Amino acid sequence: MDSDHANERVIDGDKSLSDVTHDIFSPLETRGSGRWWAGFLLAVSALLLGLVAVGYQIVTGIGTWGLNRTVGWAFDITNFVFWVGIGHAGTLISAVLLLFRQKWRTSINRAAEAMTIFAVMCAGIFPLIHMGRPWLAHWVFPYPNPRGSLWVNWRSPLLWDVFAIGTYFTISLLFWYVGLIPDLATARDRAKGLRRHVLRFFALGWTGSARTWSRYEIACVLLAALATPLVVSVHSVVSADFATAVIPGWHATLFPPYFVIGAVFSGFAMVLTLMLVARKVMHFEEYITERHVGAMCKILVFTGTIVGLAYMTEIFTAWYSASAYEQFLFKNRAMGPMAWAFWIMVSCNVISPQLLWLRKVRTNLGLVFVLSLVINVGMWFERFVIIVTSLTRDFLPSAWAGYTPTSIEIATLIGSFGLFFTAFLLFCRFVPMIAASEIKSVLLRRRAGDDRPLAAGETQPPADADARRAA
Amino acid sequence: MSRRIHVALYTSEEKLLGALRASRKAGLTVLDVMSPYPIHGVDDLVGIPRSRLPAACLAGGLLGLGLALWFQYWTSSVDWPIDVGGKPWNSLPAFAPVAFEMTILFAGLATIFGLLLRSGMLPGRSGVIRDLRVTDDRFALVVTRPDAAVTDTELAQLWRDTGAVEHRDIVEREGDR
Repeated sequence: MDSDHANERVIDGDKSLSDVTHDIFSPLETRGSGRWWAGFLLAVSALLLGLVAVGYQIVTGIGTWGLNRTVGWAFDITNFVFWVGIGHAGTLISAVLLLFRQKWRTSINRAAEAMTIFAVMCAGIFPLIHMGRPWLAHWVFPYPNPRGSLWVNWRSPLLWDVFAIGTYFTISLLFWYVGLIPDLATARDRAKGLRRHVLRFFALGWTGSARTWSRYEIACVLLAALATPLVVSVHSVVSADFATAVIPGWHATLFPPYFVIGAVFSGFAMVLTLMLVARKVMHFEEYITERHVGAMCKILVFTGTIVGLAYMTEIFTAWYSASAYEQFLFKNRAMGPMAWAFWIMVSCNVISPQLLWLRKVRTNLGLVFVLSLVINVGMWFERFVIIVTSLTRDFLPSAWAGYTPTSIEIATLIGSFGLFFTAFLLFCRFVPMIAASEIKSVLLRRRAGDDRPLAAGETQPPADADARRAA
Repeated sequence: MSRRIHVALYTSEEKLLGALRASRKAGLTVLDVMSPYPIHGVDDLVGIPRSRLPAACLAGGLLGLGLALWFQYWTSSVDWPIDVGGKPWNSLPAFAPVAFEMTILFAGLATIFGLLLRSGMLPGRSGVIRDLRVTDDRFALVVTRPDAAVTDTELAQLWRDTGAVEHRDIVEREGDR
């Protein structure tokens, strides 16, 4: 095991309170760097490509996709599940790690929560365009209507999705915003002119009063306690879209935990991808340290191993069920015409994260970056394998069909990445990417009395910051 | 009616806590403390009562749960019952996911709006901020002297003893805060 205990020291460098303010807020007060603009233009181009593709398929109809009578869900729902899953790591970091008092989350929670919001936005597009007539999307809501009122079908997991994703987006957005208020106030108090007026509007009159802080902290713990079961419920409901169907490969009680852990796994891979880039581009190496990367790598190897266990459990259950259709499905997945997708999934999700057991790998940030990309690819393929291989060959061989995506579907997938990265890059430029007020509360030097730097060899006070404060 | 309030600025949490204890001992009334991050242990010294947000959260959750269960029951069993796969009109287990999501949604909204309303935080509000640096690296202690029990010299001595880097007096009219 590592000796770097994540709870002890959150950031590197012997920083004072005003150093933290300067480091986090001054990048927002400059024009974007060349690297930022290059990334932004690339992301916007991808977004425009996606907009053209979505516009075309809305005007023409979803016949522009590669779907057929047998394979009614493919790229679109794969993308939907993929993006919802990406979002889960943000909630896990902001809520679950808060409840477990993991202080290292402080450096990455703001960005991870932003990632959640953008990922859920990307996810929401796919069911919407899959409707074929997205201008009737409001029909999914139970509102009094001139058709009866004809209410929605509360017994359908697709409707549960509407409520689960809707609640998840709303709570994530508000939780994120509440966490942002103290930092918006800092930005406001540093700004002048128009910028100050805009920030004044969004900072809601924050004064840093102890009365507000007291309520604020209670609200954050309550929201974390609400978001934790919420995040579990969201991917459980998503998995119910499949698990409540009779299709072999879908009809499994394993699905809710299997999907939730897969979501956390893919989400952490995406957090790592983003953080490894952001720390370099935004010069946050002292805030997002190798210890943070190491902690996330450990979560990856843990969740990746559980994902592997879930794959084996599925196969075991198929064999144990003695159902010819279930057994055929899993043979077909591993050895049929789409076996390549299955083996991409297994090698990316189960085999590659095992490298992270090695400390040498965890501290090699370039390698970790590559592994995080590999896992992102693998988790996209997991959803593709689950959805498409199950549908292509179900009960009757006469109904079997193949599936090939069209250029429109691929362009839409690229477009969703464009939306995600455009939103994330705008976030990096206009919103403090690291929760400054939270970093300040875990600084080592804050107890040292004044701005006196720590003397050489001087160690920090006891590990648990709360015990220190209560003293 | 106006009152004089005194604001002292400190550079660390520890000095602020020391000054807070000293001013209470000297007979000053502590109005508020402003800091760039939450300081644990300050609530009792300032006399901040325990927040009732957990109650608001629970009430919101129960309201959401009740509304969702009742609405699902009413639409599918009373207003227009439709046979879906031969399931009973009142398919309570199938109503659980939406009821759960609405519980969380209402509880979360009650918590957030409770926080914003009780703290007087609304878009465009400009709260009374005693020093712009309290959102950066300063800690402000805001006190008042009941019936001028503490003299000006005693107060100045207190600020010196507790290591205040700055202090100022503000005359505040009733209703400013």
